[in-house]
Amino acid sequence: MGMTYVQKLLARAVGKREVAVGDVLEPPVDLAMSHENAALVLNQFLEIYQGTGREARVWDPSRIAIIFDHRVPAESSKTASNQKKVREFVASQGIAKFHDIRGDIGGICHQILPENGYVRPGAVVVGTDRHTTTHGALGAFAFGIGATEMASVWTLGRILNVEVPATLKVVVNGAFRDDVYPKDLILYLIGRISAEGANFKVIEFHGPAIRSMPTSGRLVLCNMSVEAGATGGVVPPDAETLRYLGEEAGVREHVETFAPDPDALYDQVIEIEAGSLPPQIACPHTVDNVKPVDAVKGTRVHQIVVGSCTNGRLDDIEVAARILKGRKVAAGTRLLVFPASWRIYHEAMDRGYLRDLMDAGAVVCNPGCGPRLGVHQGALGDGETALATTNRNFKGRMGNPAGEVYLSSPAVAAASALTGVISDPREAH
Amino acid sequence: MLQGKVVRKVGDDVSTDIIYPGRYMATVLPTETPQYAFADDAEFNQRLRAKEIPPGSILVAGKNFGCGSSREQAASCLKGHELVVVAQNFARIFLQNAINLGLRMIICPTVEAGEADELMLNGGTLVNRTTGKSFPIVSLPKARQAIIDAGGLIPYTRRLLVERRT
Repeated sequence: MGMTYVQKLLARAVGKREVAVGDVLEPPVDLAMSHENAALVLNQFLEIYQGTGREARVWDPSRIAIIFDHRVPAESSKTASNQKKVREFVASQGIAKFHDIRGDIGGICHQILPENGYVRPGAVVVGTDRHTTTHGALGAFAFGIGATEMASVWTLGRILNVEVPATLKVVVNGAFRDDVYPKDLILYLIGRISAEGANFKVIEFHGPAIRSMPTSGRLVLCNMSVEAGATGGVVPPDAETLRYLGEEAGVREHVETFAPDPDALYDQVIEIEAGSLPPQIACPHTVDNVKPVDAVKGTRVHQIVVGSCTNGRLDDIEVAARILKGRKVAAGTRLLVFPASWRIYHEAMDRGYLRDLMDAGAVVCNPGCGPRLGVHQGALGDGETALATTNRNFKGRMGNPAGEVYLSSPAVAAASALTGVISDPREAH
Repeated sequence: MLQGKVVRKVGDDVSTDIIYPGRYMATVLPTETPQYAFADDAEFNQRLRAKEIPPGSILVAGKNFGCGSSREQAASCLKGHELVVVAQNFARIFLQNAINLGLRMIICPTVEAGEADELMLNGGTLVNRTTGKSFPIVSLPKARQAIIDAGGLIPYTRRLLVERRT
């Protein structure tokens, strides 16, 4: 019997020829990522060592990555103190993959990992963040875990009790129409299968529209796979993966890749025709309440957010800048732009995108998760509506339970910024 | 052996936001989270904080207990009061977090119990000693049960650390 991509990956990780769906494994971890919640991981980690008489040392400092991105710069003394504790720990353990609050190497964890070449095809990646699924875009099995589980990983270098997941295969045929993007595809898929549609499963992406999609778009698909309930999302690596790693992530050494077996057994196969998709919108208050843009066109929006770990990459900012260049954000609407990393920020600056956006009236913020969580910048007022390129729109997500959040691609967001109402980017040229 | 009194009964789909409201998210340490357990249920929260509820007391819930976000505080705040949660079933991430933190849970799809009832676990059966009825329970996968039996992932990992790594 053939194996799916993640089955094969896990079999290789534990040194077996074959693993079956439902098998319980303890694979070694190639990369363990945390952000500010490393402070809690650290607390649990020290507790594991309590009474053992051993010095608390992580299993392999080169396989741990810590990125400050959720509350940067710190919004409170509590956060600042937690960040300080983590900073001291990182120095004492010799953790080199540490991205502090800095305008050169800083950024959002789900961009920092790929752009620095920390994630490789075939890797087992765990992170104390739901959207760790992002890294499946490079052919890793990547998923979110709790802080206590991470403390166990820091100690043992293994993730305990991983069940080999079933796989949902999504085949995307054809090519996208103009002004339609990977974000529209993943919103459509989540709307079609629901927020529980891929529970306990991995979504494996295939088809011509995926093969011709740059890694930046694949990161969007895998980032949001978790919003369909999936444990992970994955794009089997190909020539584009190797191009990205070599050209954009600075990986010099040989990268080994493999493919799922042609006779792999999938739980379900879904086919989508990319050319049939119009721009999509996830409406309040669930990510699977998805409609074509036409259905909500004209809805008044007070705040528009372009950015985040989902859509804050260079091509996202380029699309927004192209639509807004030489024009103005509508009065009564504010546009916030959050590049996903400082490297992207610099490139967008060099190419003039940030100037175009600011001239149009946008506020360009520092890279970070910002308003996505409602913990930091960009809260909504009572009764206000937001349109964001982020990944969740639950009640209270933007810091106010009396606000409403819609989700879209950067193109829809930029077109809507011009008018102050939800607009179709195909009509904004 | 588990035996205790039902101190609270809740319905289906009790989310992590009800168990541990989002506004307390900046508080993360398991020693500090218990004070905010069911913070919006003022009367219950008050009884918990006043230590009027003895360890081993039981919370009875319907389906999908712990749905919503992945916050670990929802499990650690209950563990801090040594509550036992009996539910028809649990949300996946909550279940995982609860196992890792050593929170005692019983999956009992047909449970019938009201507040003040006395429940007792007898092998694979949950007995309501007040009504005399008994209900089958669903056991956890063996690998997970081993973590619970060790008292959570911290003591479990500590044991592996001592056994495996020198």
